[in-house]
Amino acid sequence: MIDELPLWLSILVSVCVVLGAGLTMAGCLGLVRFPDFYRRIHAPTMGTSMGGGLILVASAIFFTVTQQRLVIHEMVIFLFVTVTTPVTLMLLARATLFRDRIEEARDTPPSDAPKD
Amino acid sequence: MKRLFPYPVLAALLLLLWLVLQQSMGLGQILLGGAVAIAVSLAASAILPGRVRFRRITSLVQLIAVAGIDIIRSNISVLLILINPRATPSAGFIKMELQLTNQFGLAVLACLLTATPGSAWLEYDGERNTVLIHVLDLIDKDEWIATIRHRYERLLLEIFE
Amino acid sequence: MSQAILDWSLLAAQLMLGVGMLATLYRMVRGPRAQDRILALDALYVVGLLLLVTLGIRTGSQIYFELAMLIGLLGFVGTVALAKFLMRGEVIE
Repeated sequence: MIDELPLWLSILVSVCVVLGAGLTMAGCLGLVRFPDFYRRIHAPTMGTSMGGGLILVASAIFFTVTQQRLVIHEMVIFLFVTVTTPVTLMLLARATLFRDRIEEARDTPPSDAPKD
Repeated sequence: MKRLFPYPVLAALLLLLWLVLQQSMGLGQILLGGAVAIAVSLAASAILPGRVRFRRITSLVQLIAVAGIDIIRSNISVLLILINPRATPSAGFIKMELQLTNQFGLAVLACLLTATPGSAWLEYDGERNTVLIHVLDLIDKDEWIATIRHRYERLLLEIFE
Repeated sequence: MSQAILDWSLLAAQLMLGVGMLATLYRMVRGPRAQDRILALDALYVVGLLLLVTLGIRTGSQIYFELAMLIGLLGFVGTVALAKFLMRGEVIE
């Protein structure tokens, strides 16, 4: 551990954390603002792609400097979250398409699969 | 050797993951992580649909760079839509045909499109090789299809097929 | 001086993440349909994970990292199970 935080480090970490948190918050507010499910599905990916990335990079830089060794295990979380969120969103979108088609909701794209 | 290492790249990545998580490069950790990596890659051979072959590494690097730039750009454009109180984005569905048939290539394309905030991959039809994509700010359908073709699909075809 | 900058910006970031969590909670309570609630839950756990990471920077301890990773793993499995349930009415086919 080092005793005194260098100024450049605190400014760099601050900028990354505030930008990342702002993007994540904007994504969550989009969840409230957009009128239908298919639009809302775009909102949380802001938090998982760039918002989360910036916060995790800030954490990696902070611990690498203060502990004076390479700390990159934040990247594991980043990789995991960016790979898994598309999977869950795709599953949810398919479930929603399926439900909308059963209810014959308006503006649902028709299915290609032959009816059985 | 081949029987013990069916997926050498996967095993190497798993070992790297183990060492990063343990935050140590000691001999014990390397041995333990290697054992876990070999066991998991053997188990994975039961569920993986086939071998991944990277034909062109330069295209892979190019794809990672393109994806990074696009994620940043699309974050900014979605943010601009969100902070504009009057904007109602004209969302819409696109159905497009793909030339890409490799399963890993399709998986990478699906993750890329969904991870960028402006677009989401909804449904893939394996028989016709078409995909349904939802776009948040849809202005020109053909432009989107052309962008996906030229920016991603071309590179993925070079990498996987 | 530099400690103060870091403290205040971390506070601001945590407040913003808190607002984001409230927004997802609103969507989770209001719905209107099951898939909207699950989408909100998915976003909620990601924001919670990021909040733990900022907490880790504030306290300078790495214990929060393990918690954040656990939330990431469990949240993924949970959302996938819920989405499967919406599609078929059962989790394991």
